[in-house]
Amino acid sequence: MAKSWKMPKWFYQLGSPRWCYEITGKLLPGFAIVAALLLVVGAVWGLAFAPEDYQQGNSFRIIYVHVPSAVLAQSCYMLMAVAGAISLIWKMKVADMVAKSCAPLGATLAVLALATGAIWGKPTWGTWWVWDARLTSMLILLFLFIGVYSLHHAIDNEINAGKAGAVLSLVGVVNIPIIKYSVEWWNTLHQTSTFKVTEKPAMPADMWIPLLIMVIGFYCFFAVSLMLRTRAEILEREKRSGWVRDLVEAR
Amino acid sequence: MSTPLLEANNLFCERDERVLFEQLSFTLNAGEILQVEGPNGSGKTTLLRILAGLSTAFEGELSWKGEPMSDVRDDFRASMLYFGHLPGVKATLTAEENLRWYCAVHPLTRIEGVHEALAKVGLRGYEDVPCHSLSAGQNRRVSLARLYFSEAPLWVLDEPFTAIDKRGVAEKEALIAAHAAKGGSVILTTHHELAIRDNVRQLALGGEIPR
Amino acid sequence: MSEPSVDISLTRVFWITLRRDLLLAYRRRNDLISPLMFFLMVATLFPLGVSPEPEFLSQVAAGVVWVAALLATLLSMDSLFRSDFDDGSLEQMLLSPQPLALLVLAKVVAHWTVSGLPLTILAPLLGVMLYLPGEGMSALIFSLLLGTPTLSLIGAIGAALTVGLRKGGVLITLLVLPLYIPVLIFGTGAVQAASTGLPIGGYLAILGAILALGVVLTPLAVAAGLRISVSN
Repeated sequence: MAKSWKMPKWFYQLGSPRWCYEITGKLLPGFAIVAALLLVVGAVWGLAFAPEDYQQGNSFRIIYVHVPSAVLAQSCYMLMAVAGAISLIWKMKVADMVAKSCAPLGATLAVLALATGAIWGKPTWGTWWVWDARLTSMLILLFLFIGVYSLHHAIDNEINAGKAGAVLSLVGVVNIPIIKYSVEWWNTLHQTSTFKVTEKPAMPADMWIPLLIMVIGFYCFFAVSLMLRTRAEILEREKRSGWVRDLVEAR
Repeated sequence: MSTPLLEANNLFCERDERVLFEQLSFTLNAGEILQVEGPNGSGKTTLLRILAGLSTAFEGELSWKGEPMSDVRDDFRASMLYFGHLPGVKATLTAEENLRWYCAVHPLTRIEGVHEALAKVGLRGYEDVPCHSLSAGQNRRVSLARLYFSEAPLWVLDEPFTAIDKRGVAEKEALIAAHAAKGGSVILTTHHELAIRDNVRQLALGGEIPR
Repeated sequence: MSEPSVDISLTRVFWITLRRDLLLAYRRRNDLISPLMFFLMVATLFPLGVSPEPEFLSQVAAGVVWVAALLATLLSMDSLFRSDFDDGSLEQMLLSPQPLALLVLAKVVAHWTVSGLPLTILAPLLGVMLYLPGEGMSALIFSLLLGTPTLSLIGAIGAALTVGLRKGGVLITLLVLPLYIPVLIFGTGAVQAASTGLPIGGYLAILGAILALGVVLTPLAVAAGLRISVSN
């Protein structure tokens, strides 16, 4: 990447590992508390108090885990690609660390979405797996995450690993719409079920409000995990710099 | 002095958590030969790869003719000849085919000089032999033959005298000296004692720098 | 010293690089056979492993031929930059003042000419062996003709990113296969549509559009990948 564009100063400040470490240190407790609160409220409301689905009974309640993890897995891929692009263009170290932290988190979320989808499928369709468009897309997303993760770990040089991962995730981002479109189209060709996983006709407020709370809670929890991973990564890579040494000695 | 051809400012490079060099600054003017010295593992090859633009694993600034390297990358690439550890010679092509392709993608070369250059490196009669039939040393000489027909003002040569006999070394040294006399610049590493005296400067890389 | 003049025309650079790579492939023509044999063998496994019933085979023929072509392309991908990386030609390519994406495109075109094109030519033979309905035959050829260049282009990204690694071969599969899915879907879709007598213009148009996008974008990603792989 030969060209770099000049950006305002605060943008570069964002790229200072030390600054990021300190600011995330301040943000962490807040996010953790909010995440715990939202997840508890959302889970209790969704699992115990939301009304039963008139078709599926209680089994629909798994959407309170399935939907947030599926939504978040996709956001996570976007975040990974954007962070990768930032690190490629502006050579920002922290963006690279964020991108690196995204891959395992995103893969975990995709697995969670697939597992809950499969568990849901058993009572709904009578089989663990259906080649439904959304599940298939999620499976491919998982493959993309695994690709980025493996590439990251195959390259020894930390900087090159970051760049290679960033290029791959950008290629993936260009491909995701094409993949989604092709899989949906393929699915209409080989229609296996008429029941859509997430598209519910007019969900009552008692059902979707806890879902919304869970989604926001998942986002906050994701932010906490991402910050923790990135902070660990910052310490690992900056371990020879003065401020990290001071930090360790202060302990 | 006018603006230097190549300028390195405050270079820093670490490899496997070991600092190879830091705060390394130097300039290279037209007509100068810069010999990079230092023990094995001191980062000579790394520095040459950084200067050539192959490696980006460094911090600091490089400028070419007074302009930041990133702005004039194409001009720099057109003006440089790089000779590295790998000869860059395809085994299934003949020596001549290899060099002709090099000429095709590098503007500052004289394609008509290819034949003569191969003769000069002692490969007369080997023009049409696939390079896999040549020895490792001969392959390096195919690559070095580029010096005879290249008109690039900057040569970056990493251990150019390895696997070459005494007479060959003397010839290459004369070639380098002539290149400098014509106003060309050379950056090279070598374990060999350079016989050239004019316009030569040394840059010492000291192995690990204590922090 | 004269001012560097980058006046070698880009078209000439493209053709010369293409010629060079075709010549290289021709001198090592024995290597070209293996992906083709692989292609044939994978297709042979299906009747043996699943069922030789003509009815069943004619139903899966499109998918089997396409999957086999996809895997054969993938198999040949690892060698795209490997030898250039090992002998230092890749370094010289990166240091030339020519646009790297153009050199990359020339190399991929050369690679496709000796891998994807023969696969496409061989495909009708497999189609006959697997009882592909006659109506699907031309669709198979056209979909492969438009699809395999995209497979080569996407595969080149994986090859570029893994060329510096010793165990690149397995990793490239992991990186590239998910990206192959749209081409597979529309490729087999075209053949199946043709077999049932439906028009295939739409499928070919989509495959063409993906190819056009690939020709424009993938060389840039490959070039970036190569610079990363060489820089260490």
